[in-house]
Amino acid sequence: MAIPLSHFLTLAAILFTLGVFGIFLNRKNVIIILMSIELILLSVNINFVAFSAHLNDLVGQVFTMFVLTVAAAEAAIGLAIVVVYFRNRGSIEVEDINLMRG
Amino acid sequence: MLYTILVFAPLVGALIAGLFGRMIGDRASQVVTCGFMALSAACAIASFFLNIYGEPFKVVLFDWIVVGSFDTQWALRIDGLSASMMLVVSFISFLIHVYSVGYMAEDASIPRFMSYLSLFTFAMLMLVTSDNLIQLFFGWEGVGVASYLLIGFWYDRASACAAAMKAFIVNRVGDFGLVLGIAACYLVFDSVQYDVIFANAAKFADSTIVVFSYEFSTLTIIGVLLFIGAMGKSAQLGLHTWLPDAMEGPTPVSALIHAATMVTAGVFLVARFSPLYEYAPTALAMVAFVGASTAFFAATIGMVQNDIKRVIAYSTCSQLGYMFFACGVSAYSAGVFHLFTHAFFKALLFLGAGSVIHAMHHEQDMRKMGGIWNKIPITYAMMWIGSLALMGIPFFAGYYSKDAILEAAWASHAPFAHYAFWLGIGAAFLTAFYSGRLLWLTFHGTPRADHHTMEHVHESPMVMLVPLFCLAGGALFAGWLAQGMIAPDAAWWSGAIVMRGEPNILEEMHHVPALVKFAPLIVGVAGFGLSLVLYLLVPSVPGRIASALRPVYLFLLNKWYFDELYDRIFVQPAKAIGAVFWRGGDGMVIDGFGPDGVAATTNRFARQAARLQTGYVYHYAFAMLIGVAALVTWYLFFVR
Repeated sequence: MAIPLSHFLTLAAILFTLGVFGIFLNRKNVIIILMSIELILLSVNINFVAFSAHLNDLVGQVFTMFVLTVAAAEAAIGLAIVVVYFRNRGSIEVEDINLMRG
Repeated sequence: MLYTILVFAPLVGALIAGLFGRMIGDRASQVVTCGFMALSAACAIASFFLNIYGEPFKVVLFDWIVVGSFDTQWALRIDGLSASMMLVVSFISFLIHVYSVGYMAEDASIPRFMSYLSLFTFAMLMLVTSDNLIQLFFGWEGVGVASYLLIGFWYDRASACAAAMKAFIVNRVGDFGLVLGIAACYLVFDSVQYDVIFANAAKFADSTIVVFSYEFSTLTIIGVLLFIGAMGKSAQLGLHTWLPDAMEGPTPVSALIHAATMVTAGVFLVARFSPLYEYAPTALAMVAFVGASTAFFAATIGMVQNDIKRVIAYSTCSQLGYMFFACGVSAYSAGVFHLFTHAFFKALLFLGAGSVIHAMHHEQDMRKMGGIWNKIPITYAMMWIGSLALMGIPFFAGYYSKDAILEAAWASHAPFAHYAFWLGIGAAFLTAFYSGRLLWLTFHGTPRADHHTMEHVHESPMVMLVPLFCLAGGALFAGWLAQGMIAPDAAWWSGAIVMRGEPNILEEMHHVPALVKFAPLIVGVAGFGLSLVLYLLVPSVPGRIASALRPVYLFLLNKWYFDELYDRIFVQPAKAIGAVFWRGGDGMVIDGFGPDGVAATTNRFARQAARLQTGYVYHYAFAMLIGVAALVTWYLFFVR
C-alpha cells in the first residue's frame, strides 16, 4: 500500500515549522540556527521528492540534488563565518551578536 | 604724468607696506611710505603753483563704466580748487607720516599703520581730483574705510572698535543722502560728470520734482541730499557724534583724518558744487543754518571737556561749522580758505597734543597735567602758535580766514546769514576761551600728575618736532600767503567756484562796518582773557561756577545728551526690532520650519527607524517569517 502524498506534505510541514521556530526561539548558539536552516531546506526537499514521485516528473528530484549541493556549500560558509566570528569575539551566543543595532 | 604720480604714489606705498610689510620690516615700511608720500607732496607743491590762477583741465586715465548714456571715466580734474586741496592733503599727510615714525615707534604693527595712512591719502586724493560723482563716491567711501581701519587700529581695545563702528555707521546715514543725491543728479542731468551738471544747472533752476506727492525745486532736492552726505563726513550737527569718539585712534590719525583732511571733504563737496548750489537758495539756507548751529554747539561742548584730544575734536567740529556757513552765504572761497588754513593749525594742535601725550606717558586728561611748560618748551611754543592761529589773533593763519567768513556772513543777504554771524561771533569767543583753557590747564599751574610721570616728562624726538615746525610755518604764514583765495574775482580757483550776485559776496564783505571787522578779534581777546583769569589767576573759580550752574555744566559735559538721545531713539529700538526678528523671525520661523526644521524632522524619523534595527538575527528571521506568512496568506486568499 502506497503512502499517500498528504503524509509526505505533513512531514515536510512539521519539519519546516520546527526549523523556523528553531531559528528564532533559540537564544543560545549560532550553530543551532545553521542546523535549523538545514532542516528547512530538507523539508523543502521532501516536498520536491514527494511531488516528483506523485507527478512522475524527475525535474523535482534533480532540483533536490541542486538544493543539497547549495545547502552543503552554505553550511561550509556558515561554519567558516562562525569560526572566524568566535576567534574575533570569543563568543557565538546569539544574544551577543548585535553589532548592527541602530 | 605729474598728476598721476601725485595721486598714485601713496597707493604704491600703501600696497608695498601693506602686503609686504612683514617681509621688509618696520624700518623699510616707514621709508617706503614716507618716500612715496614725499614724492606725492613734491608733485602737489609743483601742481599747486602750476594750477592756481591757471586753466582747468582733465587728465583722463581710462574708461570705467560705459553703459548706454551712462559714461564714467577715471579722470583727474585739475583746477585751482583741486590743486589747493591736493597741496593740503599731500603735504600734511607727508608730515604726519614722518611724525608717525616717531610717535608709533613702539607700536607692534608699524607697517600696517603706515599702509593705512598711505591708503587714506590715496583715497582722499582720488576724492579731491574726482571728475564725476561716481569717482567722488569712490574716494568718499575709500576715506571712510581708511578712517574705520585707523580708528580701530588698536583693535584690542573694545572702545576703539566701538568708536570705529560708530564712525562707520553714522557715516552711512550721511552716505545714504549722498547716494540719493548722486542718483538725483543722474535722473535730472542724465550724467554724473561735473561738466555736464554744472553747465546745465541754470536750466533746471525753476524746474520742480515731485517727491511723495509734494513738489520741490529740483536743485534744492539735489543740494540738500548732497549736503546730508557732507554733514555725515564733516560731522555737522546731528551727525557729529562719531567725531569725538574717533579720537580713540592714534593721535597722528586724529590729526590727519579727523582734523585736517577727511572731515573737510564735506566742505569740499559743497564748494565743488557751488555752480549748482548757487541756484538752490533753500539748500544754501540749510547749509548756513546747520553750519552756524554746529559752530556754536560744538564750541560750547569744547569749553568743558577734560580730554585734551576731545577739546580739539570739538574745536574741529566747530571750525567745520564755520566753513559750512561760509559756503551757506555763498562765500565758498572763504570756506575753502578756512579749510586751507585750518588744516595747518589744527594738524599742528593735534600733533602738539600728541607730543604732550607722548611726554606724559599716554595721559590725555588735562586735569592730570599742568606745570610742564618748561619741560617741553618746543611743544609748548608750537601749541601756542596753533592756539593763536585757531583763536584768530591777527597775522596768524586763522585770523585771515575766520575774519573773512564772519565779514561775509554779516555782508550777506542770504537767509540765516545774520544768525550765522552772531553764532559765529559767539563761537569765536568760546573758541578763544577753550583754547586758552587748554593751554593753561595743560602747561601751567601746579603739576597734577604723579611724581613718577613728572620726572619722566621729556621733549619729543626730532622726527616728531620737525613736522611740528613745518605745520607751525603753515599756521603762521598760510593765511597771509593764500589771501588770493578770497579775492573777489575768484581767479585763484580757475573757474571751479562760481558765485552769482553783482557785486559778489567777496566784494561786498570789504564794505562792512569797522566794528564788524574787529568784532572777532575783540571777542577772541575777551575769551582768552577770561580763560586767563579763570584758569591761571584764580583757578578756584571754575569749580565754583561748575557747581553753581551744575545742570548747565552737566548738560555741556555730556555733550548736550546727543549720544543718550540717539541711544534712546535709534539704537535701543533698532536693537529691540533686531531681537524680535532674530528670535521670532529667524529663530522660530526660518529655523523652526526651514532648514533646521526639515533636518530635525528627518532626524526624528530616522531615530525611530533605527530603533527597529536591534541587531539580533532572530528578530530579522522573525520579520522574514511574518513576511512570508503574510505573502502566502495574501496569495492563498486573494490571488485567483
